[in-house]
Amino acid sequence: MSKSVVDVPPKDGFSFDLCRRNAMLSDKGVKPPSYRKTGTTIVGLIFQDGVILGADTRATEGPIVCDKNCEKIHYMAPNIYCCGAGTAADTEAVTDMVSSQLQLHRYHTGRESRVVTALTLLKKHLFNYQGYVSAALVLGGVDITGPHLHTIYPHGSTDTLPFATMGSGSLAAMAIFESKYREGLTRNEGIQLVAEAICSGIFNDLGSGSNVDICVITKGHKEYLRNHLLPNPRTYVNAKGYSFSKKTEVLLTKITPLKEKVEVIEGGDAMEE
Amino acid sequence: MTKQQANWSPYDNNGGSCVAIAGADYCVIAADTRMSTGYSILTREYSKICKLADKSVMASSGFQADVKALQKLLAARHLIYQHQHNKQMSCPAMAQLLSNTLYYKRFFPYYSFNVLGGLDNEGKGCVFTYDAVGSYERVGYSSQGSGSTLIMPFLDNQLKSPSPLLLPAQDAVTPLSEAEAVDLVKTVFASATERDIYTGDKLEIVILNADGIRREYMELRKD
Amino acid sequence: MEKMTLQDSNQPNNSPLLNSEADSQRTLYPYVTGTSVIALKYKDGILMAADMGGSYGSTLRYKCVERIKPIGKHSLLGASGELSDFQELLRYLDELILYDNMWDDGNSLGPKEVHNYLTRVMYNRRNKFNPLWNSLVLGGVKNGHKYLGMVSMIGVNFEDNHVATGFGNHLARPILRDEWHENLSFEDGVKLLEKCMRVLLYRDRSAVNKLQIAKITEEGFTISQPYSLKTFWGFSAFQNPTVGAEGSW
Repeated sequence: MSKSVVDVPPKDGFSFDLCRRNAMLSDKGVKPPSYRKTGTTIVGLIFQDGVILGADTRATEGPIVCDKNCEKIHYMAPNIYCCGAGTAADTEAVTDMVSSQLQLHRYHTGRESRVVTALTLLKKHLFNYQGYVSAALVLGGVDITGPHLHTIYPHGSTDTLPFATMGSGSLAAMAIFESKYREGLTRNEGIQLVAEAICSGIFNDLGSGSNVDICVITKGHKEYLRNHLLPNPRTYVNAKGYSFSKKTEVLLTKITPLKEKVEVIEGGDAMEE
Repeated sequence: MTKQQANWSPYDNNGGSCVAIAGADYCVIAADTRMSTGYSILTREYSKICKLADKSVMASSGFQADVKALQKLLAARHLIYQHQHNKQMSCPAMAQLLSNTLYYKRFFPYYSFNVLGGLDNEGKGCVFTYDAVGSYERVGYSSQGSGSTLIMPFLDNQLKSPSPLLLPAQDAVTPLSEAEAVDLVKTVFASATERDIYTGDKLEIVILNADGIRREYMELRKD
Repeated sequence: MEKMTLQDSNQPNNSPLLNSEADSQRTLYPYVTGTSVIALKYKDGILMAADMGGSYGSTLRYKCVERIKPIGKHSLLGASGELSDFQELLRYLDELILYDNMWDDGNSLGPKEVHNYLTRVMYNRRNKFNPLWNSLVLGGVKNGHKYLGMVSMIGVNFEDNHVATGFGNHLARPILRDEWHENLSFEDGVKLLEKCMRVLLYRDRSAVNKLQIAKITEEGFTISQPYSLKTFWGFSAFQNPTVGAEGSW
């Protein structure tokens, strides 16, 4: 058999080598492993001088919280940020890929990235993969044409909105926006409303929790307020603490190097006939 | 018309965790008060703890409608017992009744995960732990419900009871004082709430001892 | 000749779970449905709100369905889900109240009793694999005690200071949890309910802008005439969303 077939590096995109095997396994009732999902509340709104994005910081795997303080507001460009909900790996990979493409585009053109560019790159990628790349995004930024806010669904459809929510806490957050949002909010009012919407997600949706992250983007300026609010401190700590007795016995402390016991054949084609 | 939801399930999981610890002369039973379905909270103040007799208290998580039916059935059976014997049922007797009641529904089970705590006839703390179809065991401490996988290893580490195979048989009760046990329960729930999304809001603790019954509450994370 | 089988009409089919729909006597899926009901306790009693839409799948089939009804002297019942099941339930309740009344002993069923009855009916029907396809809200006042509870299709039931069914649990409860307090006046309670109903109207596709609000206190109940809420669609961002960002179609 020719060896070269195996050695060719994958050209681009995902590897689909195991698709047929996986389909066979799932036919036989084997369950695939679960992924880390950010059962999430992410929001964004447009205020008088720009865009504010917000996110909670809980990452879950089924019913278990696997990260209590993760970051869901991803960097896209100096003037564009993007909140991600869905499978954590997908939201991170897709935002990283697009942000590097935007960087290259900036080197090429020497101009500030536009939000539509990021939007188009993201939706193209997501549409290509028919929803299998499960990233639900809230994209916000300020460019030469002004402030922009978009939502992007896993299948690649997009919306352009004055206020937006995504993730499992989207309804709880939307309830706040629908009853309190108005046009021309000041910066402080905007931050407060975003924080309130995120808190609504945190306290009413079990998939969302812990802290509030906020990112304020204005013309030529941005401010990333990591852990803007910490509304969920630990409720009880035992003053005395706990001791965990060492039950595992250490049998040997002397380390015997393997080389002394095994004959090592250096070089040669030992593995081949 | 297209079918909206062609299927329904007779079961739901309303979440929550329960813990019981038995001591030499007391028993602590605790559960959180969150009731949820899917990713949403139904109410933050639902007591999962039910007093079945003077000296037996049950904490149950799982499917609330089944739990409620089970509690009502046990209350009715206990009332009949009182009329027939003119006394309260003992905790070990209640434990057997609970097991029988659960097994009776073996092929359409009560989706209810129970711990029963109380004082036995000598006044010693006792804890019984169950599965949904009535398999049960007397133990020194136990945990059931959505956070049990997080709580149980910690209890094992802190309260490792003697092996049930030892001869002569050793007491299964924990060596802690009542105050220490209550403190342990608070710690355990604060920790489970950090990592289990279905546990939270408020902790309800019931303490049974020679003086009678006492209740304590502690706030938990609400996210 | 066909042989008679031993199966008589009382006997259920071999597998009651796997029947085809044709010979089924159960509700397999709802036909005409109502959406959310929300209710809260206020200073003097209970307030409840529901819109008047009856959806046939995604078609808005009926536009004047009363989904809040008085039960006895002290209770109000609100229902979402299958409307025919709700109407059947009303017949059960009529009978319950009538038979209770026939004792003529001066006692009457309060909200707690009615709620308990409902939990048992719903749970029994789910045990028979023949559920009533509803989420019910029961509120009332008796002897100075305010009572507000909920029952789901499979019998899950609880009490709270404010409750909401269906979509309301996702959209209205967050607002209620933020803004509800013990001493809400009647006016503030109605305002709060209207705020929730407006959000539901914006975000729940089967909600319609025609609703009723009902009130029950120690003095008795009143159910408002149907009315609509004021809505706002005038955000400038809605006028031409892609202005300044061609290509963000």
